[in-house]
Amino acid sequence: MAEYRYRDALRRALYEEMKADERVFIMGEDVGAYGGAYQVTVGLLAEFGEERVRDTPLSEAIIVGAALGAAMVGGRPVAEIMYVDFAALAMDQIVNQAAKIHYMFGGQFRVPMVLRTQQGTGRGAGAQHSQSLESWFVHVPGLKVIAPATPRDAYGLLRAAIHDDNPVIFLEHKGLYAVKGEVEDEPFVLPIGQAEVKRQGQDVTIITYSRMLGLALEVAEQLTSQGVSAEVVDLRTLKPLDYATLEESARKTRRVVVLHEAVKIGGLGAEISAELSQRLFGVLAAPIVRIGAEDVPLPANLELEKLVIPDAQRLTAAVEAVMRYQPMPTNGA
Amino acid sequence: MVQDAQAILKLYRDMLIIRRAEERILEELMQGKLASTMCHVSIGQEAVAVGVCSVMAEQDYLTSTHRGHGHFLARGGDVKRMMAELFGKETGYCRGRGGSMHITDAKIGHLGANGIVGGHIGIAVGAALWSKMSRRPAVTVCFFGDGGLTQGIFHEAANMASVWKLPVVFVCENNQYAMSLPWNKAAGQTSIQAYASSYAMPGLDVDGQDVLAVQQAAYEAIERARGGGGPSLIGAYTYRFLGHSRGDPSKYRDPEEEKRERARDPLLILRSKYPDVLDDRTTAQAETEVKAMMDDAVAFAEASPIAGASAVFSEIYA
Ligand SMILES: Cc1ncc(C[n+]2csc(CCOP(=O)(O)OP(=O)(O)O)c2C)c(N)n1
Repeated sequence: MAEYRYRDALRRALYEEMKADERVFIMGEDVGAYGGAYQVTVGLLAEFGEERVRDTPLSEAIIVGAALGAAMVGGRPVAEIMYVDFAALAMDQIVNQAAKIHYMFGGQFRVPMVLRTQQGTGRGAGAQHSQSLESWFVHVPGLKVIAPATPRDAYGLLRAAIHDDNPVIFLEHKGLYAVKGEVEDEPFVLPIGQAEVKRQGQDVTIITYSRMLGLALEVAEQLTSQGVSAEVVDLRTLKPLDYATLEESARKTRRVVVLHEAVKIGGLGAEISAELSQRLFGVLAAPIVRIGAEDVPLPANLELEKLVIPDAQRLTAAVEAVMRYQPMPTNGA
Repeated sequence: MVQDAQAILKLYRDMLIIRRAEERILEELMQGKLASTMCHVSIGQEAVAVGVCSVMAEQDYLTSTHRGHGHFLARGGDVKRMMAELFGKETGYCRGRGGSMHITDAKIGHLGANGIVGGHIGIAVGAALWSKMSRRPAVTVCFFGDGGLTQGIFHEAANMASVWKLPVVFVCENNQYAMSLPWNKAAGQTSIQAYASSYAMPGLDVDGQDVLAVQQAAYEAIERARGGGGPSLIGAYTYRFLGHSRGDPSKYRDPEEEKRERARDPLLILRSKYPDVLDDRTTAQAETEVKAMMDDAVAFAEASPIAGASAVFSEIYA
């Protein structure tokens, strides 16, 4: 076991995959000499050379398009989009092309490509550099979407993404790169599509992912003083969603809060809440509560940014609300 | 290029196959036999597809457009399975899920016809990138229309291919219209060669109705790419004889212009250049053979099982 920062765990995954498989290569803006805008690819140019660590022009659409074409004929590209916000410039390539190729052409091609990018708030990066856009991708058949919260998950899931024969959107969080965590010394791969219970509890389930995991664990800890035992489930993979794990936890606690940094309206919380409500209607002791960002663009001022995204106070209030929920008496009761 | 009688006849026959296949497709469409209503034919533009594909090597790749039957057949795609795809049958190349706009055969290096104008240009550059990285002597040909050239991704792609010296040949099939929009109202710069020079690559403007001229330009561009010389852009000036798609009477075109352009039929132009090779007897025989091919293709498509639910819900992920 050793301590890794999130960015170093990602780099270890890239390094090991590139060592093991010549078909794996990296392309993106400033991934070479600069080492990536968030220093994930530092040192890889020196190790693997310009051919396999390719600095691209500022052209998001062709970064994705070229990665796709390479993947269709035998390469295993890991393309980087510097900020998820810039994926908007490549949406045709992601949504109409990469996601559709395998199916639309009757299974004739495989698309083993990873699109690494990072999202989220915490740096006062403003309206065009701070969004959490996972719902865009989750909504598209043919894509897989991963959003790791810990260095261990980042490492194991990036390796899995590179092994996968489908287009995988790999969403890192800019606020997590310096976070430290234990990662085994022995190489390993984590399965895509499996959520993980990061904290056991009995009374309420907090479902979350990416950087909000930290907030959930912190609030769960504080809640013990009020006698509330909260379970925290980390989705890790957003598509395909591991409903089995979510359902198991929700069946046990009968109370659920879904927490994410993305805008609440149209967010993943709505999907999870609707699905679990349907599956567990009559089992749940309270309606599922969702917490997400307000429906406003993100301001650059860090103090203002905090007003938009979920915080401990709001999460605590949500958990308290589901805990004290009393069903309305039914007619004749 | 040296042209023997056999090579000329093959060019003629390949163009004829596209012409008759598309005429037949339109007939079947009118009779309601196709599984989808989307269908764009390239009648009048056959020389571009055939001229370019005639000088491609087996290991080469191509990407194609919504108007892609011609590219597909010229590359050696099987008309039977293409017809089956249009009929929405399980035996079609894409098991009935692709239809006319996505006709594709990986086995012949065809990386897909694409319904997004310009959307496939990135795929071509990527295939060329991997060919170069994996040291394979494969060249990728990227067909697109004049509409494709005005898409942003073309410019990103041309720049990347240029700076990385990728073995890709961009073929702008300029049929003068993007749906209703004429080229001179679509482009500030109407010389395709000029686009090439702004990306520091050779630009070759050719008469797209002359299959031999197209062939010559494609040969130069492909061999240059194969030799490590990087990308080229061919501007092939052609004309779409019919409407954009079924049900388009092309009201936005001057009937005089249509008449003039239709007289420049690539089949007739080749015949007029080689009257001895393409005499009446030879062309009549080609007609008979091609007609039989089309009958077989339609019979095959009709007899094939329909793509059922299993085709809908499989292969979403590899
Ligand atoms: C991105 C995109 N925009 C618009 C369309 C609708 N559309 C389909 S074909 C076409 C015209 C394309 O013109 P061009 O590229 O010159 O090819 P042509 O149809 O002339 O062969 C249009 C507007 C589309 N399919 N994709």
